[in-house]
Order: sequence, then C-alpha cells, then structure tokens
Amino acid sequence: MSKVNAMLQGTLDWVDARFPLTANWKAHLAEYYAPKNFNFWYFFGSLAMLVLAIQVITGIFLTMHYKPDAALNASGVPVAFASVEYIMRDVPWGWLIRYMHSTGASAFFVVVYLHMFRGLLYGSYRKPRELIWLFGIGIFLCLMGEAFFGYLLPWGQMSFWGAQVIVNLFSAIPLIGNDLSIWLRGDYVVGDATLNRFFAFHVIAMPLVLIGLVGAHIIALHEVGSNNPDGVEIKKKKDANGIPLDGIPFHPYYSVKDIVGVVVFLFVFSIIVFFMPEGGGYFLEYNNFFPADPLVTPPHIAPVWYFTPYYSLLRAVTYPLFGIDAKFWGVVAMGAGTLIFAFLPWLDRSPVKSIRYRGPLTKWLLGIWVVGFFILGFLGTKDPAYKFFGFIPGAPIAQLLSVYYFLFFLTMPVWSSLDRCKPEPDRVTMK
Amino acid sequence: MKKFLTAILFAPVLAFAAGPTLHLDSAPDRSSDMAALQNGAKVFVNYCLNCHSASYMRYNRLRDIGLTDAQIKDNLMFTAEKVGEPMKIAMQRAEAKAWFGAAPPDLTIIARARASEFGSGADWLYTYLRTFYRDESRPTGWNNVVFENVGMPHVLWELQGEQVMGADHKLTLARPGKMKPQEYDAMVGDLVGFLKYMGEPVGELRKKLGVVVLIFLAILFVFAYALKREYWKDIH
Amino acid sequence: MSCDDTVDCGRRRLLVATAAAGGVAGVAVAVPFVTSMLPSERAKAAGAPVEVDISKLGPGQMMTVEWRGKPVWIINRTKEMLDSMAKIGDQLADPKSDKNMQPEYAKNDTRSIKPEILVAVGICTHLGCSPTEKFKTGAESGIDPNWPGGFICPCHGSTFDLAGRVYKSKPAPDNLEIPPHMYLGDAKLIIGEDKKA
Repeated sequence: MSKVNAMLQGTLDWVDARFPLTANWKAHLAEYYAPKNFNFWYFFGSLAMLVLAIQVITGIFLTMHYKPDAALNASGVPVAFASVEYIMRDVPWGWLIRYMHSTGASAFFVVVYLHMFRGLLYGSYRKPRELIWLFGIGIFLCLMGEAFFGYLLPWGQMSFWGAQVIVNLFSAIPLIGNDLSIWLRGDYVVGDATLNRFFAFHVIAMPLVLIGLVGAHIIALHEVGSNNPDGVEIKKKKDANGIPLDGIPFHPYYSVKDIVGVVVFLFVFSIIVFFMPEGGGYFLEYNNFFPADPLVTPPHIAPVWYFTPYYSLLRAVTYPLFGIDAKFWGVVAMGAGTLIFAFLPWLDRSPVKSIRYRGPLTKWLLGIWVVGFFILGFLGTKDPAYKFFGFIPGAPIAQLLSVYYFLFFLTMPVWSSLDRCKPEPDRVTMK
Repeated sequence: MKKFLTAILFAPVLAFAAGPTLHLDSAPDRSSDMAALQNGAKVFVNYCLNCHSASYMRYNRLRDIGLTDAQIKDNLMFTAEKVGEPMKIAMQRAEAKAWFGAAPPDLTIIARARASEFGSGADWLYTYLRTFYRDESRPTGWNNVVFENVGMPHVLWELQGEQVMGADHKLTLARPGKMKPQEYDAMVGDLVGFLKYMGEPVGELRKKLGVVVLIFLAILFVFAYALKREYWKDIH
Repeated sequence: MSCDDTVDCGRRRLLVATAAAGGVAGVAVAVPFVTSMLPSERAKAAGAPVEVDISKLGPGQMMTVEWRGKPVWIINRTKEMLDSMAKIGDQLADPKSDKNMQPEYAKNDTRSIKPEILVAVGICTHLGCSPTEKFKTGAESGIDPNWPGGFICPCHGSTFDLAGRVYKSKPAPDNLEIPPHMYLGDAKLIIGEDKKA
C-alpha cells in the first residue's frame, strides 16, 4: 500500500513540476473557503454547470445524427425535420438523448433564473463582485442566443415562424433594418442558408463564448470569494492562519452538499424526461411536430416560455415615438429589458446587501416585480387579445407591468437608499 | 401520473386559462392492448396508407405491438418490399396537391402534433374521425366539426354511415353504415390508439425506464444525504 | 486499511457507498450514449439481405452488387479458371481456407456452394480497398508471366486468386471474406442471409 502511495505521490510531483495541478486543486476546491451559511439558493450555480455539461454532451451526440438541411426529401419532408425524427426512432437511445437536450434547454433557464434571483436577494452583484455579475449577464445573453439558434434546428412550424418573427424584429431598426435582417437570414425568407448558419452558431460559436464566459465567471468568483445570505464579507474576520473564521473549504463540504442538490435536480429532471418530455406543450411545443411550412403560419405562435416575459415587453410598446415605428421601440424595450440587469451593481445604493437586513420597501417592490415578471411571462404565451377569467384584458396589464418592470430598476438608486435597513451582523448567521 | 404532474407544474398557469374552448371527446386508452393496436394498424394500412405516408415509421418496428416479421409482411405490407422500409406511399406529393388542394400530411407523428390546450392529440383525432358530416357546399361533400372545411373526404363513411348537422349544432346519423355506432367508435379508438403509439413508439418503454431511474435516484439520494450529514456534523 | 484516528470508518463506508452508487449511475448513463453510435435502424434496414438474379451471368463473367454498402462480387468461373486454381496452392497463404473468413458451407477448394459460382466481399483484408479484377492470364496481365488470373489490390499490391485466396508474402493477412448467402432457386441468390438465420 505504501509503495502504491509513494508511486502516486511521485507521479503527482512529476505533474506538479510541470503543471500547477495541486496548486489549482487547492485554490479552487480544497482551500477555497466558502461561507458556511449557504442555503437552498446556493445550489443553482453548480446545477447550472451540471446542465451545461448535459447540454454539451447530449449536443455532441445529437450532432452526430442531425442534418441542417431545409431541402425536402423524397417523402416531401424537410431533411432537418426528418433527421430529428430519425434520432427519435432509428438511432439507438436517440430519443433519450434528444429529450435530455430539449428538457435541458428549459432546465438551463429555470436554474439560471433562480441563480440570478439569488443574486438579487442577497446583493451578490455589489462591490467587489460587479465583474462576476457582468460575466453572468454575458452568460445569460449567450444562453438566450444559444436557445434561439437551437430552436430553429428541428425545423418545425414553431421553429420556422419563431425565427421569422425574431429576425424580422431587426428590420425595425431605421435605415439599415431591412438589409440587416436579409443579411442575418442570408435569404429573403428564413431558409436553408439561415438553418445552416444557425446550426454553426448553435453548435460551435455560442458554446465557445459561453464556456469562456463561464470560466471568467468562476475565476472572478474565486478571486473575490462568494457572497452569502447575510451579505457580509467573511474575509474581514480571519484566524491566525489567514483563513476566514466563517469559511469552510469548498471541498469536501460543498462538494458533498452539492451532490445532494444534483441528485434532487436529476430527480426532477428525470420526471420531465421520462414522464412528460413535452412539458404540457411548454418544453416541446405541439405545433413543432409539424414540419416547417413557409406558406402557412400556425394559428397561435408564441416563443418558448423562457423568452415570454421579454416578448411581453416587446408587445407592450404600441406607440410610435420620434417618428419611428412602435415596432422599433418594442425591440428597444425587449433589449433594454434584458440588458438592464447589467446596471444593477450601480443602481443599488442600499447600505446593506442582503434582503435579510433590508427594509419593507425593498421586499415589497422586489416581490411585486417578481410577480409581474411571472405575469408578463404568462401573457407572453397568450394571444394579445387574451382576457383573464374571460373579462380582464391582458394587454393593458402587460403594459402596466412593463412600465413597472423598468421603473423598478430606474428608480432603484432612490428607493434603495431611502429604505429603513436593519444593521448587518459582524459574522454570518446559521439559520 | 403524467396529467397529475403536468397539473402540478403548470397549476398557476392553468388557473388563468380561459378563452374559446374546443370540446374533444377523450380517446380510449389502448396503450397496452396489443390486439387493439394490431387492429388499429390494420385499419391504418387499409384506409389511411393510400394517401398518407408514415415515412418515419419502419414496418419492422411493429414488432413493438406483438407482430412478427412474417405477419407484418403477409398482412400489412402492400407498398414496400423489405420489412425494414418505412411506410411510404406511391402517390406523388405534387399530384396529391393537385387532387386534394393540399398534400395529405405524413401521419407518423400526427398524434403529437394535434395536441393542444384542449386535449391530447389522440383526443383530437378520436373526435375528428367521428365528426364528419354531409355538407354539399364542400367540394368533397363532407365537412368536419373539429377541422372546419377539411380537405379530406370521409374515408370511413361506409363504416360509419352519413351524419348530418342539425340546427341545434348536433350531429345525427342520417343513414347508418356497416357498423353500429359503438362498433365504429371502438374501431376509431383502435386506429387512434395505433396513431398514438406510432407517434412515439418508445413511449411505454420510456415510462417504465423512468420508474427505474427514479427509484435509483431515490437510493442515491439516501447515500448522498447521509454523506452530507456526516461531513457537516462538525459545522455549526 | 484499519480504523484508527486518521481514518474515520463510518465516513469511509458512506463515501464508498455513494461513490459506488454514483459510479453505477455514470456507467448506466454512458451506455445509451455509447450505444447511440451503433448502426441505426435505417442502417440496419439498408444492410438487409439482397436478392440477386444470376441467370444472365455467363461463364467467365463477374458482377458486383452492393450489400451493407460494400461491393459483393459474383463470378461465374470457367472450367479453366477452376483448374488453374487447383495448381497454385503452394503460392497461397491459406490455400485450405483454415482461417475463419467464410461460412462452413464455403470452406472447400472453390470457396463456394456451387463450384463455379464465387460470392465474395470485394474488400481487401489489408486496409479495406477494393481490389481490381485481373482475369487476363500470363504476361498480358502485367503482373507476372505465370499469373493465372485473379485480383490485385491497387492500394498495396496484395494479390488474390479466383477464389479470393491471398498470395503469400503480401500485405493482406487473410483471404477475402465470403458473405453468408444461399440459393433461393437455380439462378436466384440471396446475399446476407443463409439457412441458419
């Protein structure tokens, strides 16, 4: 036994003299000190990594069988659409891999939205973590691009018309809009050229950027250290060895804890993959089981659920401004709705970070914003003429909530500094 | 199980849902009735597979519903030579379009595509195939309750008979067909059961495997949770 | 390993149990992914047995059919061809077809069911090129003054006789493969399936 140990040690020494393996292990796991008071909300970072891995691996295997080709085959079905059904039927276990990928897309957004909400709750974007937050916003935008490009690939009706609508949004930009959208499509309608470039973006361009940003996100995090539910800096109180008093090594403590989170996540994930892969039409939209038909738009088209809040913002703008179409301002609203998160570190002026020590004003405003976000998301899946319970019209509610959505952020410097905060504790608390 | 889970996950969404409704009869469940599925396959091949293809479905996949290669070859294969071939049709799409106005869609995954907030795809098909009625204003002489101004004539009319739409928007059987109404409904049930199976042949296996996976994850959870407790007992 | 102050056995047992269960999960997940790279139902259907009509294949002629994407040669050998094959046993690497490159029913002097009809996969056993037919004999073949007729692989020069047997000291290690096949009638051949199946 000791001989084996000595050999292993020798190999490790050999590697360490050439590559900082032990040093990295220590810096990022064994001697990375994380606050000991992480709660439920702190599972979603590692879960996002897990979903990323699931998407990359299942994606690689799907790429082996998928064909980005809009031409019709002998049976009159687009080759791309037929190749997805080929994966679902003819490829051994292809159905499982494809369901994991399609469920993973939705799971990614669930996990990332919860991860971002954690940031909102505990002020994780504030000094000195502004760059972590900005990298995170970059990841989020990248993910939206990835989802959008990927959604075209099955080449079903929803794929086709979704891409058609979104690409046409760019035509709203004055002067260059029309040429820009033609350039994006590579054709006058969404077609084979569009499918091929979206495939390239989906399988290589976006993932490369995404993985780079995830690396930057984690390097920045490990430079400044994690925030925690109390929003106090554990690095301010260190012991004689320079180790934070409230810090515990990430490995083994959080590695074993995160495994529990992973198993629970996989349980929920498996329920969807094995028992309801269509997610009631929200994860795999029913109309997408019809092949793309450029001549017929399905009666009801809506983006996939994770885009619908922004889609509501887009539709909420119905007035032309400065002589430019409402359509353009809708696009601006949608873009601003996603980008505004990036300004949070400078909009929040509260003396404390965590929601635990913030006043009632913050809690109410944030609570209303979250509910509003859900309602906007819900309305985005519906027809603009939708009425709640059959008589409360949805469109004006969406407009009202859209205004609130932006006012929440824009007035944050005022209300966040006015709120009656409680004093922060010196050290973290275990709840 | 599936409906229950869907209901829980989307309860907040469904609570709001209200709007125009389409009433669909719920299709009988044939998912584990091999004789019914085989009958459905026979009806499909005899009545549908002349104009509609099922081009992602291979004949030999019908082993799933308890048929042997020899049975498939002898009873179901009219257009293909090899048992591994997909269910294609001889009709050219361009010609079909000229005859019917629109090329008859491929039916392999029709039961998935026809799902909506009003019911499953099977429900839609079950209702659709039973609600054709006489309408002389249509070129085919037929119309349908759930698919208004449908291009397809009522292919099964000899079996069902002729229905007419009354002033009260209810269908009545004006001329009976070869089958009694219950027999016809049962046959359509078999056919729809087959279409549902064909939409996702792996569906039943998927659920069985899911149970195994969940049980395994539950066991893994016990170990993982115990391990976490073990490590964290020192942290206060 | 003993339980002492440095090793916590309860913890170790849990670690082992969790790691084992996790390992099982990992392997179970790997299976579908690895399996997905095997031939699909489409590939299997395309690789289904092929029926061939050989009634028009005259003596000394050869035809090629595709089975599983590979060329399968069918050669109707003349009496002279069969005679010439019998004389060259000492030049061949495996004249008696001892290596398992053919079904039992083709393990004979002519490597065939009917003596004159050879059915062989036209893929060189070296690195997978398809050899070229060289039925012309002697110097005319451009190979050897004593060439009795056969095949030469364009990639690395392996030579085979008219029963697909490889010559000695050539890169190819084995005789050409004889695929499973059987006769449905006098002139009807099915390739890819035999009586066992």
